[in-house]
Amino acid sequence: MSVMTIERRVLEKNDTIAAANRARLARHGLFAFNLVSSPGAGKTSLLERTLERLRDEIRVAVIEGDVQTDLDARRVARYEVPVIQIVTNGGCHLEARLVADALGGLDLDALDLVVIENVGNLVCPANYDLGEALKVVLLSTTEGDDKPLKYPAMFRNAGVLVINKIDLVPHLDADLAAIRRNARAINPDLEIFEVSCRTGEGLAEWCAWIERQVVRGRAVSERAEGPTAPAERAGGGPGAAAGVGGEKAGRA
Amino acid sequence: MHELSLAHSILDLVRDHVPPERGAEVRAVAVRVGAQAGVIADSLAFCFDAIVQGTPYGGARLVVRPVPATSRCATCGVEFPAAEAFARCPACGSARVAYAHGRELDVAEIELGEPRELTP
Repeated sequence: MSVMTIERRVLEKNDTIAAANRARLARHGLFAFNLVSSPGAGKTSLLERTLERLRDEIRVAVIEGDVQTDLDARRVARYEVPVIQIVTNGGCHLEARLVADALGGLDLDALDLVVIENVGNLVCPANYDLGEALKVVLLSTTEGDDKPLKYPAMFRNAGVLVINKIDLVPHLDADLAAIRRNARAINPDLEIFEVSCRTGEGLAEWCAWIERQVVRGRAVSERAEGPTAPAERAGGGPGAAAGVGGEKAGRA
Repeated sequence: MHELSLAHSILDLVRDHVPPERGAEVRAVAVRVGAQAGVIADSLAFCFDAIVQGTPYGGARLVVRPVPATSRCATCGVEFPAAEAFARCPACGSARVAYAHGRELDVAEIELGEPRELTP
């Protein structure tokens, strides 16, 4: 009988791939966020409203994670941005290797922003680093103001909270101030936006934040790469990226 | 489902250290699971048991070593037991606390023994 000492993290392999994804995104000066929420909170709606406002300003690609179907990829593809659909076939979260494969299907030089829409689930995606700059957790008012306390890992690991469906607050017992208070009890540093994808309220602030992150990502990459980088990027407008990933995406 | 994919990751780590030709020697795999790792220990052991069947590691069982959660205050440095994620620092009341322990999910040790002939 003998005992081998191993001392390795179970998620080590995922985290190694995530670190490689992060380095790859940084090399291309890309900002990427990992959008997480429970099912039905409005991740795809938020994406649609965001694409309407930003697709002429910045070059966006979307990686869609779903348990089944390419319904979300079809919705997003209507905005003529590259979309890669990942179907997890029962898997409850995206993993870094799936995102690495998806990044391989995108022309990263022709992009400013990659949005990773995770599987709708407030539990498991919290544990998996995909290589994103940060997690954006979306919570809709109809889910109730206690959710940050009940699903703390997700709110603790996120950098931004977007509260959706604020137009419904008059009809609900949920309280916006309580959502904010509970979220900050878990994570005092959370940046919070309040939006309604239905009325458009609050979306301007959210989109302005994204634009600031994109500019910052570009600046970091340019400092690292030297003066050649901006010239390389100057050629591609919003249309330059369209269709690159779309061929692989769920348009068919 | 989450535990199943973690069980596969654990078996991958075991494979990294013990090649399949010695798989029958693996008796037990000890994993440290933090109270706030988001993992159900029984479910993880069940999944591990299921996936090793029919592999050279079929004689291995998963031993879970639970790690209680503690938080450390970023403001005053005090470490305290953290039953809930939204616990404030008991010393100074700060909400700027982070887990010191309890997020662990590690393969700690592998126990090897005489190879066992497994009945199908």
